[in-house]
Amino acid sequence: MGIEERDVWQLLEGVYDPEIPVLSVVEMGIVRRVELGAGEVTITITPTYSGCPAMDTIAADIRGALGKTGLSITIKTVLSPAWTTAWLSEAGRNKLNNYGIAPPLTPSGDKKALLMGERVVKCPRCASTQTKMISQFGSTACKALFQCESCLEPFDYFKCI
Amino acid sequence: MNDSLYNYLLMIGDNAMILGHRLSELCGHGPNLETDIALTNISLDLFGQTRYYFQYAAELAGDGASEDSVAFLRYPHQYKNVLLVEQPNTDFAFTIVRQFFFDAFHKPFLEQLSDSADKHLAAIAAKSLKEVQYHLSFSSEWVRRLGGGTEESHRRTQRAVEELYPYTGELLRPVPLETEMQQLGIGPDLEQVAGAFEETVTGLMSETALQTEGLSRHQSGGKAGIHSEYLGFILADLQYMQRTYPGMEW
Repeated sequence: MGIEERDVWQLLEGVYDPEIPVLSVVEMGIVRRVELGAGEVTITITPTYSGCPAMDTIAADIRGALGKTGLSITIKTVLSPAWTTAWLSEAGRNKLNNYGIAPPLTPSGDKKALLMGERVVKCPRCASTQTKMISQFGSTACKALFQCESCLEPFDYFKCI
Repeated sequence: MNDSLYNYLLMIGDNAMILGHRLSELCGHGPNLETDIALTNISLDLFGQTRYYFQYAAELAGDGASEDSVAFLRYPHQYKNVLLVEQPNTDFAFTIVRQFFFDAFHKPFLEQLSDSADKHLAAIAAKSLKEVQYHLSFSSEWVRRLGGGTEESHRRTQRAVEELYPYTGELLRPVPLETEMQQLGIGPDLEQVAGAFEETVTGLMSETALQTEGLSRHQSGGKAGIHSEYLGFILADLQYMQRTYPGMEW
C-alpha cells in the first residue's frame, strides 16, 4: 500500500502551531505544497513572520508526524507569496475566536487601522465591540493586545498582515 | 561570485541586524511591559529579516559560508550599516526617534525593493514590508505621544531629534554600490525613497512642533565601513560566543 498525497495532508492536519494550539499548520496556511516522489516527500512551508521562533519547531513537528511513513522528508521554506492572514479559513477564524484570540479583521479594515484609523475588534469572550488596543504588539509578533471595556478582560487580537 | 550583490545584501542586512541588536538590549528593560514587548518584537522581526539577507549572501559566497559566519565573523570595517542604527538607547525618546527615522526610510525602501529585478531580494522585501508597516505605525504613535505630551517629554524628544537628525542624510544619499544596484534594477532609487521619507518626517515633526530647521545632515561613513565607536562595543557583545567557541550552536 503506497502513501498518497492526501495521506500526507491528513497527517499534516495533525500538526499544530505551537503558539496557537487550536490551528493546524494546514489551517494556518503555513504548508504551501506537498510533493510526493518515490520514497520521498518535499513539504514547502512559509513563515508567518520573519522572526517567528515557532518555525523551527513546526519543521521538527512535521518531520515527527511524517516519520512513520518511512519517506525521506525534505522541508523547504519559501517567502513568496508572503503569508497573509487572508489564508486563514472561516473555520480557522472561528476556532481562534473560541480559543480566546480575536480573529483578524478583513485586510481592508486593518489597513485603515495602519493609517491611524479605528478598527472594531470584537471581544472573543463577551462579543462586545467596546474594546481598545493596549499595544500594537502582544504575546507574539502576530498578535496585538486589546482590552474589552465591557467585561474588562484583556485579550489577544490576531493582526492582519 | 557576484561581489556587488553580496556587498549590497550585507549593507541591507547589517542595518536590520544592528538595529535589532540595539532594540534587544532593552529586553527586560523597557519603560513598561507593553513597550518592552513591542520593542523586542520589532527586534525579532529585524533579526528574522537579517537571516534572510545573510542566508542569501552565504549562498552567493559559497565556500562553507553560513548565515552565522556572515553575521558574526567580520571585523568592524566590514560592516556596512548606517551610523544611525548603531546609536545608543540613551533614553526612551532616543530609542523611539531613532526607530521612527529608520522606519520612515525602511518602509519606502522595502516598497521599492519589492519590485527588484532580483526575485529573491524582492521576495524578502515583500515579506519584510508587512512587518515594517507595523513598526512605523508604532514608532510614529510614540513620537506623537512624546512630542505632543508634557513639557519634559517634548524637550527630551526634541533633544533626541537634534542628536539623531544629522544621521538621517546617510540613509538617503547613495554610495557608488547603491547607484550600481539601482542601474541594474536591483536596488531602489534613493531619491524616491527620500521623497517618501521627507513627507513622513516633516508631517509628524510639524504636527508635534518638533524642530528640524537648521539641523544639518552631514554624518555618514557607515556604508563605507567607517563607524562610530559604538559599533566596536556592539560587535564585542555580539561576537563573543562565536569568537570564543568557534562554530558553536545551540
